[in-house]
Amino acid sequence: MPKGMLIIDKERCKGCGLCIVACPHQVLAFSGELNRSGYNVVHMERPEACVGCGFCALTCPDVAIEVYRERVPA
Amino acid sequence: MPVSTEKMVKVFGRPASLTEARFTYCPGCHHGILTRIIAQIIDELGIVERTVGIAPVGCAVFAYLWYRCDAIQASHGRASAVATGVKRANPNLIVFAYQGDGDFASIGTAESIHAANRGENITVIFVNNQVYGMTGGEMAPTSLVGQKTTTTPDGRDPALFGYPIRFSEMIAQLDAPVYVTRQALYDTKRIVDATKAINKAFTNQLEGKGYSLVEVLATCPTNWRMKPTEANKHVAEVVTKVFPLGDLIDRG
Repeated sequence: MPKGMLIIDKERCKGCGLCIVACPHQVLAFSGELNRSGYNVVHMERPEACVGCGFCALTCPDVAIEVYRERVPA
Repeated sequence: MPVSTEKMVKVFGRPASLTEARFTYCPGCHHGILTRIIAQIIDELGIVERTVGIAPVGCAVFAYLWYRCDAIQASHGRASAVATGVKRANPNLIVFAYQGDGDFASIGTAESIHAANRGENITVIFVNNQVYGMTGGEMAPTSLVGQKTTTTPDGRDPALFGYPIRFSEMIAQLDAPVYVTRQALYDTKRIVDATKAINKAFTNQLEGKGYSLVEVLATCPTNWRMKPTEANKHVAEVVTKVFPLGDLIDRG
């Protein structure tokens, strides 16, 4: 499995939690941290489990997630 | 978290056709997903310089703020008519109308049906969330039987208010439209399917084939009084029984 990584724009996140449900590897969870708009933002609870599938980003209604995947050696 | 992007390749980011403006939608609202999908397709087809979006009245009234393409904000319900005018005036433009159910299937019924019946070479995105979102959760023509809204607090009673209107099926009866489909966004598979359908609707226009309509079943967690995840489940289990998913006509 390739390793993935997410960059979550905390100020765009509205804490709807759709990404948490979409993730097949239970990587994401609410952080308990509030952003400037007062939303409980999502963070990577288990970053080691991320494979960079991008399901969270496809689901995010606020386009707050960027997805990176490990380069596969040529 | 320490982040090293050197060994990493970006596989998903914000589409270039989206501006940096934050969406004004409520948390968990599917409008945002759909807006991102359309921007991604504009990117993929490389048409941002000649695309004109027609914004409706409703929650998506600010649609012109999200895209880097040109846009017009139409009078309530008249987005398909405005799209007709833009496309006829300059057929080289790629014109899409983005309309909700109160806009497209209620006040704009005449404009919507006749644009389809004329087979205008435009792309219409019809967002069906069975409620008037922006104005405060009133009953829409698409509201389900028994659905509680602010104007039907005891649930929609068909004896008083009629039945939910299947607008896409009506348009699919016409001879002119090229592509009419109903999609949803309640899980990843549906999002991928909806992306393909919208891509097809834009490609049809690029190829000069004619009128394409993509109805998208969306959620309104705020006015449905549900959590975003519950609203997704509601679409999957209840709404799709009344509004079945799939292509209604595909003459492309």
